[in-house]
Amino acid sequence: MEIFSNILIYFVIVPVLTLAGLALCSNKGIKAIRTVAVTGATVLVAMAIYLVHLFLQARGAGDTSEMILRTDVIWFAPFNIKLALGVDGISVVMILLSAFIVFAGVFASWKMNPLPKQFFLWFYLLSTGVFGFFISIDLFTMFMFYEVALIPMYLLIGVWGSGSKNYSAMKLTLMLMGGSAFLMLGLIGIYFHSAADGNLTMNVLEIAQNNAIPHEWQMWLFPLTFIGFGVLGAMFPFHTWSPDGHASAPTAVSMLHAGVLMKLGGYGCFRIAIYLMPFAANELAWIFLTLTGVSIVYGAFSACVQTDLKYINAYSSVSHCGMVLFAILMFNTTAMTGAVLQMLSHGLMTALFFALIGMIYGRTHTRDIRDMGGMMTIMPYLGVGYVVAGLASLGLPGLSGFAAEMTIFFGSFEHNDMFRRVLTIAATCSIVITAVYILRVVGKLLFGAVQNEHHRELTDASWEERLSTATLMISVAVIGCFPNFFINIISDSFLPVVKALGAMI
Amino acid sequence: MPLSYTIAVVAIPLLMFFFLGLAGVKMDKKLTGVLGVIGMLITTILAYGVALTYFFGSDQGQMADGVRQAVVVCNPDWLSFTQTLVVRMGIMLDPIAAMMLIVISTVSLMVHLYSLGYMCDHHGHAEKGFQRYYAFLALFTFSMLGLVVATNLFQIFIFFEMVGLSSYLLIGFYYQSPAAVHASKKAFIVTRLADLFFLLGIMILSYYTGTFDFHQLVFGSNGANSLEVAQSAIATSGGATFLGCSVMAWALTFIFIGGAGKSAMYPLHIWLPDAMEGPTPVSALIHAATMVVAGVFLVARLFPLYVIEQGAMDIICVTGAFTAFYAAAIACVQSDIKRALAFSTISQIAFMMTSLAVSSADGGLIEIHGGQGLGFMASMFHLFTHAMFKALLFLCAGAIIHAVHSNENSQMHGLHKYMPITSFAFLIGCLAIAGIPPFAGFWSKDEILVACYEKGLGWGIWMSMVAGMTAFYMFRIYFLIFHWKKHEVHTEHAPSDQPWTMTLPLIILAAISIVAGFVPAHDMVTWDGKELHTQLNWTVAGTSVLIACIGIGLAYKMYFKENELPDKLQARFSGLWEAAYRRFYMDELYQFITHKVIFQSICKPIARFDRAVIDGFFNLLASVTGSAAYGIRRLQNGSIQSYVYVYLVGALALAVITMVCVLI
Repeated sequence: MEIFSNILIYFVIVPVLTLAGLALCSNKGIKAIRTVAVTGATVLVAMAIYLVHLFLQARGAGDTSEMILRTDVIWFAPFNIKLALGVDGISVVMILLSAFIVFAGVFASWKMNPLPKQFFLWFYLLSTGVFGFFISIDLFTMFMFYEVALIPMYLLIGVWGSGSKNYSAMKLTLMLMGGSAFLMLGLIGIYFHSAADGNLTMNVLEIAQNNAIPHEWQMWLFPLTFIGFGVLGAMFPFHTWSPDGHASAPTAVSMLHAGVLMKLGGYGCFRIAIYLMPFAANELAWIFLTLTGVSIVYGAFSACVQTDLKYINAYSSVSHCGMVLFAILMFNTTAMTGAVLQMLSHGLMTALFFALIGMIYGRTHTRDIRDMGGMMTIMPYLGVGYVVAGLASLGLPGLSGFAAEMTIFFGSFEHNDMFRRVLTIAATCSIVITAVYILRVVGKLLFGAVQNEHHRELTDASWEERLSTATLMISVAVIGCFPNFFINIISDSFLPVVKALGAMI
Repeated sequence: MPLSYTIAVVAIPLLMFFFLGLAGVKMDKKLTGVLGVIGMLITTILAYGVALTYFFGSDQGQMADGVRQAVVVCNPDWLSFTQTLVVRMGIMLDPIAAMMLIVISTVSLMVHLYSLGYMCDHHGHAEKGFQRYYAFLALFTFSMLGLVVATNLFQIFIFFEMVGLSSYLLIGFYYQSPAAVHASKKAFIVTRLADLFFLLGIMILSYYTGTFDFHQLVFGSNGANSLEVAQSAIATSGGATFLGCSVMAWALTFIFIGGAGKSAMYPLHIWLPDAMEGPTPVSALIHAATMVVAGVFLVARLFPLYVIEQGAMDIICVTGAFTAFYAAAIACVQSDIKRALAFSTISQIAFMMTSLAVSSADGGLIEIHGGQGLGFMASMFHLFTHAMFKALLFLCAGAIIHAVHSNENSQMHGLHKYMPITSFAFLIGCLAIAGIPPFAGFWSKDEILVACYEKGLGWGIWMSMVAGMTAFYMFRIYFLIFHWKKHEVHTEHAPSDQPWTMTLPLIILAAISIVAGFVPAHDMVTWDGKELHTQLNWTVAGTSVLIACIGIGLAYKMYFKENELPDKLQARFSGLWEAAYRRFYMDELYQFITHKVIFQSICKPIARFDRAVIDGFFNLLASVTGSAAYGIRRLQNGSIQSYVYVYLVGALALAVITMVCVLI
């Protein structure tokens, strides 16, 4: 089969094989389960790095095609559904991000209890969906993998979660499913207008090339798809699943969800909504710019008063993910590149946050900052990790957040109209509010006197916890120190869409 | 020495930071300190080598036609926003950068050495977190050096953030003390707010000029500051205005606000007095000599732009003159020695700002008159001398605090007998800052005053008055600490001079404070790289010395020997005294805005709105669906009779409808 010579398909096959391997393990054989899970994650990381190498090689060799590693296999002929694979710079870095977070997530759930085998099974099913989504460029397969990634969430939170987990799992799943309903309507609409000559297609590239969706239809389909993905991207006012969902989810699931799954939203908004419907995107951008602009400031202000560590982080995600969608809607290469950088940055940093919160919660059995204090003396490693994550979040140079946010701000400011400028300035204000809530948490949680004398007996991070967090910390620093490496991968991929959008003005 | 060694000057502290931060935990505490000092010593030697080569050494492209040029050592791309708008991380030497290298490395080395003694208890055991302390010092030194050698505006912004971080970490060094945590947080957030404006300023400026690079903003083809280049950079805005002011004036004012945050200009000064919660050597390094002058440095860097955009310059001038007076007034009544010194620092930095801002381009002519270029030189010169004597004063204060375990001058008094070396060093610092010849401060302050008198008589008189207040409050502190009355020994150890690691820096800095005034600054750090011919203005010099002597005399009268006069005056002007002591209630105002307005009236309602309205809506949706489903469920009740009943009614209804249709 021709398709097996394409490395991309292995990003789905490896998680599936890991799934199979896990299924073969016995329930009690924790060592075997860990070995299989770690092997799968390591292979994925290696493949992702190799993929970056392949991509750079192809670009270096002068391959300027929009997507590389293209393979089409007909899957369901009546509707022209294909298993269409292909990646550009954006999906390459998204795959890289996902691989690192899966890797860190495996180590963060090292001591998962109860039912470790089942946990990892669902965990890898979720990963399969995520990778499948990023490698495919066919509307149907994308949607299928999207759903594959969503459903395991319900069980992962419902079974392994904490607090009011049933409510949260139900809320999260239903709200995201509601988003998918919009999305499906949108996708069907796109399909039926995908070609003017009747050769309907599901392939994103072909649809974009045909550019056949009538303008009056775009005005309907664009909001449907944008909101559909926007729900997952925690766009105001569809973000309320995020605080509850994250608060109840187990550590690795929070990591994967905030780190990767929420990126599916931003990626989808760009790849499907904006790319395929540039006319409506231009016409309706102001509505969504306002909503995302509100997200940024609103999330940051809400985070200032939370007392639960996970709620703080969930609202902070609303703010940071708002920035992703905000930048995507700015329709120029700089801001959109910044959006992808922000996805990378937010993914790694939030995963790091959730990993650390999980580790602290596992020791103290509380996430309320009012009950904790002086953790830096007790667990210096986790404390330093938390400070690093916090600094990345508030945009300190040398860590990922700074490069991403600055690219977004300067890109957004390229527009000369008052509306976008005022919104940009409002978004810029978030850097101060972010500093306020991050330093508030750091001050209360890590510094000061020890609040609870029992906490003095707690231990610092174990080796697998160190490995998990160190991976993320180093990744955050690498992006922050060498942003141009990533920008070079990403920015060219935005040229087609920027051109399409420019042609509309 | 090749100028490219500057790379090593910047890189060594960074490596020291990583080395001490990562490996230091496993090492002996004292060893990490010694390694830190050695690393800093190498850095200092290289920095001196590079700076002296730049000023006096063989030509490596830094001199052309008697003009000192900016030399770019390296300038790699770091972050590309667009093809043309690129952030670079470079190293550039020009007169003020070279001077700053000397300032930073000298003070940093002194502080590194001093801390070996200061960060130990009385038995000579190193404090907890000793390695961390030295790692952070190295991080700060790296950030500050990176700031001054920046080749572009955005790089300065990046290092503004980095010095802010190091300052945060070092103020909060005693992280178990709530006061220190609070102070560090306050410092970071206030300067971050200022940096927000800085960022907006850069955004506006770069939008019109399309560059961050100093070589396209301010440096002419001869590599020195050029008004023509600045003029054309300003002109790129095409005269665009916003709310009645030109956009460039907005941009430059915003950039100044960024600098004002770091340099503690009113009303963004509130973080600096609190920052004194950090270890005293840190206050000497960061909050007296180096980081707090970053704002002055920034304005000096963009000097040609400000000179042309006179509106922004006027704002700086007024802010500076007001801050100088305001801080000096507060410094006159503070009882905490470090706080008093902190307000003195604010006042002195305001001197530098004002001095920069009194320059103006004359009537559209692209030329600064000799006298007006003086302000720039005087400001930079004062920056240099002030760094030396203020670091000296702070390190003396540290020695005293280390000896008596208190910051309050009521716990000190009469220490001259016990700590003679510290006393003499402190006296030299006081004479220098008061502007008594031949100490360093006299020369630089005199030139600032000359520049101010050239702008206008009012400015000159105002600043002379502040200079007099400076002499008064410094000698007030000096007399209260070292004289006033006999020292009451509370503990079994009488206070004494400190170990050599702490005393040696005092002696070195005192020596520099005596001679630094003779550095030929008018030849070295002029705005256009050319030599500036100055001569002592006897009228101004004479007056300022006279005013300083009056200030000292007044302090002598009031504070040398214990007497009733200060208490009487305090009772007589109790309202004024109280207001000054409480810093004119600026902290209370900020407290009100942050807690009552922002936290209680913005954050809390938003969070409540989110839970109640937005989340409430989705919960309502869910419960409506739930109850609807509950209602519909009734239909499926499993009772055959009711099914048949519904079936029959339905069939009947259909039959009726059909018949009606047929009949009609």
